[in-house]
Amino acid sequence: MTAPSLAAPSGTTPRLPAPTPRPGRHVLADAGAMVARSLRLVRREPDELVLGLVLPVMLMILFVYVFGGAMSVGTDYVTYATPGIVLLCAGYGASNTAIAVEQDMSGGIMDRFRSMPIVASTVLVGHLVASVVKNLVTTAVVLVVALLVGFRPVATPLEWVAAVGVVAAYVVAITSVAAFVGVLVRSPAAAGGFGFFMLFLPYVSSAFVPPVTMPAWLRGFAEHQPVTSVIETIRGLLVGLGSDARPVTDLGTTAVLALAWCAGLTVVFLGGAAWAFARRRR
Amino acid sequence: MTSDVLVHARGLRKSYGSPRRPVRVLDGLDLALHRGEVLAVLGPNGAGKTTTVRILATLLRPDAGTATVAGHDVVRDAARVRGLISLTGQYAAVDEKQTGRENLAMMGRLAHLPRRVVRARVDDLLDAFDLAGAADRRVGEYSGGMRRRLDLAAGLLTRPQVMFLDEPTTGLDPRSRQTMWEVVRAVVADGTSLFLTTQYLEEADQLADRVALVVDGRVVAEGSPSDLKRRVGDARVELTFATSEEAARVGSTWPGTDAHATVPGPGPDVATSSTLRVPTDGSVGHVRDVLAAVAATGAEPERWEVREPTLDDVFLTLTGHATRARAPRDTGSTAPGAGAPADHEETAA
Repeated sequence: MTAPSLAAPSGTTPRLPAPTPRPGRHVLADAGAMVARSLRLVRREPDELVLGLVLPVMLMILFVYVFGGAMSVGTDYVTYATPGIVLLCAGYGASNTAIAVEQDMSGGIMDRFRSMPIVASTVLVGHLVASVVKNLVTTAVVLVVALLVGFRPVATPLEWVAAVGVVAAYVVAITSVAAFVGVLVRSPAAAGGFGFFMLFLPYVSSAFVPPVTMPAWLRGFAEHQPVTSVIETIRGLLVGLGSDARPVTDLGTTAVLALAWCAGLTVVFLGGAAWAFARRRR
Repeated sequence: MTSDVLVHARGLRKSYGSPRRPVRVLDGLDLALHRGEVLAVLGPNGAGKTTTVRILATLLRPDAGTATVAGHDVVRDAARVRGLISLTGQYAAVDEKQTGRENLAMMGRLAHLPRRVVRARVDDLLDAFDLAGAADRRVGEYSGGMRRRLDLAAGLLTRPQVMFLDEPTTGLDPRSRQTMWEVVRAVVADGTSLFLTTQYLEEADQLADRVALVVDGRVVAEGSPSDLKRRVGDARVELTFATSEEAARVGSTWPGTDAHATVPGPGPDVATSSTLRVPTDGSVGHVRDVLAAVAATGAEPERWEVREPTLDDVFLTLTGHATRARAPRDTGSTAPGAGAPADHEETAA
């Protein structure tokens, strides 16, 4: 190797600037760099890409062709279940952020970020934005597959926009919980455990069967857990039906409840993640 | 405290573990790095080197004691300190799924440099660290040495006043280690003061102006590399015989042990039961004399070599006990014709 010279960079950098003394000033620039990083890492994670494409197709086949024939929910099962599959896939995809965050927390790169004059917790912002982008793509895949197997939404363009917005809010909320989990846990397996949880949570909601068919003790949970209000909002917007397969009547209330859940989870858990981030390894 | 002290640690203490059964890692550590200097903190695994670096680089709070970088407290003024330092830890702080160029460009953005400056600086660093050919390959495909060089480059998008390097060559092959040393020297020549930790005396010798020997969370000796080695003693000729009886017989009839010394300098001491060690200045004449003295006893060593003082010797001499982790190192001065290197020294750390 030739003697390296760091002192004489090529013409354009006559003198290297000293690092910035005030980190907070550049918080937006830091977040931008972190978002670019996370988006690139997501794109290069083959498992995630395959999962984002294969999971929707498998679930759609499972629910429409395997369970669908035996289900009696008062309408076409694909119409009933598609919003649930959207949330199942998006929620599971979002939960995998826990693994990405755990990897960052336990890897050497976090030491570098923390020792730089930047707002290191913007690394979580990067994961959050990447998760939203990734899971909206997954949502698009689910909807395309659903349309192919007979899903017939009746939404106006405005209702479509609202539905996508609610899915995004849900993804932000679940990703926030995932980020909190990722900062707290100390092993990839523990981080993956949250994905397992998110894979099952929608089953105990109005996603796939009306809660009225469940035993009373479970129905209480199913009717009031956050996934249900989000499902009902999306189902109401896309196909105009409620969990009982009758035309939806109180969509406004449901939507407010869904958004309140999402906002509440986001504030509590993103705040918790930032708090835990600042304290870990100190 | 004089103004040219750049990094100053006083009475650092740190324990890990539960409050009831704490494991003490730092036990009143004092250190100073002067401006323009290379300080090597030398010690075995578990001596507290990494903990020291993590405290100085604002990643960890000490339980007691204070540390400053350019006068700024590493706990209270952490943000200011971060603007002055660059840390390259033991574990690669780069993304495996990004290319070398992308990793450096990301660090450039995080250093808040204009895009145009980043692009030029990244190209310069890739050239300087001999990574231009691999710039657009993902880091996951890099060799250990390339990864370390990229890691180092990632801390140099801007010019830090102090660079912390935590065991920069542990696990590298000898050639990669040489390359790494060249790169580090170039960084130092560029005006950055260097705070280095290492398990290898040779590395400290190659790079450092001053060496601080750390054992059990405390500095037990400090000085220039040649100072330290002088305190340890010179190189030695090691003679390994077939049996311990033969070694003992040669030792007892050594010319130096009676009045008619033909071999200058002190006589042999017994390293292992079948190995004798004779201090030497390493010159051809002296080694020839030593071998002649052995021949005069009628005994023939199975193998022999000239060994420079090792980290083990430093520890043995200065602390009275052997290191817990032995340093795998090759002296590079093994005499031609010697047998295999003394294998009792070559257990990996």
